[in-house]
Amino acid sequence: MTYFLCMIVFAVGLYAVVAKRNLIKIIIGVMVMEYALNMLFVLFGYRLGGRSPILERYQEIKDIVDPIPQALILTAIVIGLATTALMVALAIRIYEKYGTFDITKIRKLRG
Amino acid sequence: MTGINYNMIPLFVALPLTVSFFIILFGNRVRWISDVLCTLSTLALCLLSLYAVGVVNGHGTITYKVGGWFPPVGICLVLDSLSCFMLVIVNSITMIVTIYAISYMERYTAKNKFYALFLLMLAGMNGVIITGDMFNLFVFLEIGSIASYGLVAFGTEEEELEASFKYMIMGSIAGLLILLGIGLLYSYTSTLNMADIARVVSEKNDSKLIVFVSVLFLVGFGLKGALFPFHWWLPDAHSSAPAPISAMLSGLLIKALGVYALIRILFSVLNATSFLPVFMVLGTMSMVIGVFLAVVQWDFKRLLAYSSISQVGYIMLGVGLGTPLGIMGGLFHLFNHSIFKSLLFLNSGAVDYATGTRDLKELGGLRERMPVSASTSLVASMSIAGLPPFNGFWSKLIIIIACVNAGHPVYAFWAVLASIMTLTVFMKVQKYVFFSELKEKFKVIKEVPFLMQFSMVLLALICFFGGLLLVPAVSGDFLQSAADAITNGKEYAQIVFQSLR
Repeated sequence: MTYFLCMIVFAVGLYAVVAKRNLIKIIIGVMVMEYALNMLFVLFGYRLGGRSPILERYQEIKDIVDPIPQALILTAIVIGLATTALMVALAIRIYEKYGTFDITKIRKLRG
Repeated sequence: MTGINYNMIPLFVALPLTVSFFIILFGNRVRWISDVLCTLSTLALCLLSLYAVGVVNGHGTITYKVGGWFPPVGICLVLDSLSCFMLVIVNSITMIVTIYAISYMERYTAKNKFYALFLLMLAGMNGVIITGDMFNLFVFLEIGSIASYGLVAFGTEEEELEASFKYMIMGSIAGLLILLGIGLLYSYTSTLNMADIARVVSEKNDSKLIVFVSVLFLVGFGLKGALFPFHWWLPDAHSSAPAPISAMLSGLLIKALGVYALIRILFSVLNATSFLPVFMVLGTMSMVIGVFLAVVQWDFKRLLAYSSISQVGYIMLGVGLGTPLGIMGGLFHLFNHSIFKSLLFLNSGAVDYATGTRDLKELGGLRERMPVSASTSLVASMSIAGLPPFNGFWSKLIIIIACVNAGHPVYAFWAVLASIMTLTVFMKVQKYVFFSELKEKFKVIKEVPFLMQFSMVLLALICFFGGLLLVPAVSGDFLQSAADAITNGKEYAQIVFQSLR
């Protein structure tokens, strides 16, 4: 069920990227897709009633959540941060040059 | 097996990363230092990749365990014959393009930042090629892509920014689809190591999930590699970037990040050979549609970019045949295309450098004023159009023969047709740019600086002698063993695990 929710969020992001005309909204769409994937990754490692994966002495190891997806999404978040920062920087430069955020008016390239 | 220097493998990533850091740090103090550092490091990487070929030929596949952790827990870097093949292509062409960029990039400000991004992109590509871990592949893919977004926008004019933004949205979506595929694969196999995934997948029965994941990878890497339905971003991005970057993007990036990664994952990891017909259909469509779009272009670089789509189609068709001959033809065409397309982009950069325009209608008769650029571009045009004795002829011939041998004469027909159309495209380039009458305003232009000429001549020589790669006496098993690595994709896991001991 929650997996399904992630997919819906992902689809919402994709819709924003495809259908919206404002550069900022497109960027937000990409970010929403990213977050949907991050949630999905955490869900992959989650176990109902699981505890945090910290190894302590005299403690039985059972029912721990999988730490690897959490480590992975940390990396993915950093990558997403870099991409988002670059995208926003580009959007600002585009606004300086064209004076608009509307992608239908930003089309010097054709063919 | 002592005596092998395993530590050389991470150098392919570490060296460009370190040098790009130092260029940012010290580049502003001393003017020439970034030129020297960048050239030396790419030269070192080029020599290192040639050395790696020797090592892999002698010892077989070698692996490096990052941080000493044994896979599947740790990340491993794998150097097999296919990786070596790609490393040689990427690093040698990067070196030649760097020499070219020393003179060409004088026109731009912030040359240091250019070099830093350039080396980051190289580190990303090398990383994608040598990694043996799925998530690591994603990280390197993003390093290479983000650096290339920056490089496409390097001129910060309207067109460049627009192209870069399109490229970036596309690249982000492709990256996310790949990440989704990796996540699903992890939840299915509980491992991220490529060889381990291959083992687990082959042990489990066929599952619909594998098909879904394969489609995700096909779309994701297809977007990065500009296969037919996902090609629309490429002409903008590749024609807007500075010429050395166009050469890198078209010659190397779409192959390392798109084609190579797709081949590696589908053949070696997922072993999804049922996808081969899809490769063939998409390849043929890219091939034909790319070349038809190229014919009608009047912008020099845009025309080259469309022709790249078409040539990537050849590679996919060859690899998609799945026969040893077809795969060898595809790989050989990958090698050849990276050479002559880089050369053509460098030529277009030279024309732009001398005349200030890329419009085919405005140019003309540059042959008298720019003999070196004209003759090297003639060599490249003949190569890409597939005229003997240049390298493009041999690889196209192999692909067409392989098509016929495998019982697909229809695909062979399309390949021949696209080849004839390519000839038309490049006759148009030659006629409008270099041959026809010299325009009055271009009577005073000069040939480009020596370093640019040098790198173009170097690439033209490789074009001329590239066909010799087919002769085992000259190249050893360089090409054949790389093709074998794909053909025997099933054994990838076994080979990697053996080399770990």
